[in-house]
Amino acid sequence: MLSIENLHVTVAEKAIIRGLSLNLPAGEVHAIMGPNGAGKSTLSYTLAGRDGYEVTEGSAVLDGVDLLSLNASERAAEGIFLSFQYPLEIPGVPALTFVRAALNAQRKSKGEPEISAPDFLKRAREVAGSLKMDFEMLRRGLNVGFSGGEKKRMEIFQMAMLQPRLAILDETDSGLDIDALRIVAEGVNALRAADRAMLVITHYQRLLDYIRPDRVHVLAGGKIVASGGPELALELEREGYDRYSKAAA
Amino acid sequence: MSLAAAIRSRDVSTLPSRRDEGWRWSELASVVRAAPPLAGAITVASGGGPFAELTADEEIVFANGQGDASPLVVEGERTVKLRFVTRADAAASLSAVSILVKAGGSLTLLESYEGEGEAYVADASLDIQLENGARMERIVVAEDAETAVSVSTAQVRLSANADYAQAVFATGAKRQRIETRVQHPGAGAALRMDGVYLVGGHRHADLTTAVTHAGVDGTTSQMIKGVAAGSGRGVFQGLIRVAHGADRTDARMRHDALLLSDKAEIDAKPELEIFADDVSCAHGNTVGALDDAAIFYARQRGLPLHEARVLLTEAFVGAVIERIEHPGAREVVAALAPRKLEALTC
Repeated sequence: MLSIENLHVTVAEKAIIRGLSLNLPAGEVHAIMGPNGAGKSTLSYTLAGRDGYEVTEGSAVLDGVDLLSLNASERAAEGIFLSFQYPLEIPGVPALTFVRAALNAQRKSKGEPEISAPDFLKRAREVAGSLKMDFEMLRRGLNVGFSGGEKKRMEIFQMAMLQPRLAILDETDSGLDIDALRIVAEGVNALRAADRAMLVITHYQRLLDYIRPDRVHVLAGGKIVASGGPELALELEREGYDRYSKAAA
Repeated sequence: MSLAAAIRSRDVSTLPSRRDEGWRWSELASVVRAAPPLAGAITVASGGGPFAELTADEEIVFANGQGDASPLVVEGERTVKLRFVTRADAAASLSAVSILVKAGGSLTLLESYEGEGEAYVADASLDIQLENGARMERIVVAEDAETAVSVSTAQVRLSANADYAQAVFATGAKRQRIETRVQHPGAGAALRMDGVYLVGGHRHADLTTAVTHAGVDGTTSQMIKGVAAGSGRGVFQGLIRVAHGADRTDARMRHDALLLSDKAEIDAKPELEIFADDVSCAHGNTVGALDDAAIFYARQRGLPLHEARVLLTEAFVGAVIERIEHPGAREVVAALAPRKLEALTC
């Protein structure tokens, strides 16, 4: 589904990703682990199309579509969803309004009609219920005054509403207590599907106890330096990143 | 000299220029170089204007300055539409109205400036008085032609325990100034003076307010939000003066503006003059651009850049619109904002 070849990315003229290659087949969940500064967030922003992340070499293709030629909105319409490490607060825009506008924008770009208000609300209620969210929260300004856990839950709510083909979860476990982590992970697991791939970016192994990856990759020094099964995450938890950081340097 | 007086006396030499402190960002001298003739009579059908969908007890229309000039006296609870309609080219429309809300009375005033034509000059003067315990909410929608000069000045006198709230929605003109001066007695009276200006193209909008707290125990709350795009210019001048002895005054003023282009301009002068000892007063003033991180967040969800900008700008001004109490008027303004923003953020 997602194929990244020899990707090089610079931010403010500093090379951060340096020759990263990765294959993520449909239906699979891959974890990307790595020390701080390895380029994990740079990878997620680059795939999502944020300004300021300059690809100097390489390619990123989603089901035959060259992602790098598309802007951020177009990539979202192609089915890329980024769960932000630090979700934004948008005062004055209720979550429901925001998600409905996003959903309709995506549908419009595919030539589909807008979702009707009753259909949208019905779906929103179901999803909010499954994530144990207070529906009234969705009527307030997006993420305004929310705790870290509530914000992450709101990200997963949006993901469930938008039904992306490729979900990138950037440090989704940060700022979560154990109960919130379980609810968020259950939300993510419920979205695992044969036609959907997920990239779970995390510093700690803890999240992977709840979201079991098919593959684990170690990102250090801007490239994948090791790949393996879920047991690789346990090894990293035990032994740390030192070995890989040194290898990358 | 006021604009109306200058036109009546056909002497424009005393119109405010850049040298006049209160007019330096909105001077009239260079845009009204000769006194235009008074506009001819027109007929305006009732039931139009931005508040057309709302019901009211009464509609007062000034059509090219012609209208019922007898004072509006309100007892009990009333909703009144006040429409200043100008359809003229290179001519002047001068209107004046006085409003008295009797003790215990309540008025919702749906006020609109509906201008069509080229290079007209419009001046409206309002004299508003609230008796003891009276309340009034004034919602103003000002839509003038881009080549027009339009000035509205309201003098507001409050009495003890009165409650006066206004929300102005201005979209600019060649010069558009909406000025409100309030005599605040303290004495349990409450004042809210909000406003939104949205200017694009070569439009200019000026929201000027001046409040004097003369006695103890008064409150003032002010929230102004502005958006300037294209070569638009937004002006906010806000003065809250707390007189000697006007203790326990609680006054808050906020002005926040967004600049959506390099050529747009915002000029702001928020002022607190405090001569009393025991007061709680604050003011804040910011001018900035839309937050890139928030734009990226919205785009990542699928909103095209233009829609993301409209959504965030709408949310920015929405904080003022939410404070409008009259539900119908709030809906009218809330529906108007995205239409205007759509054009601005192109």
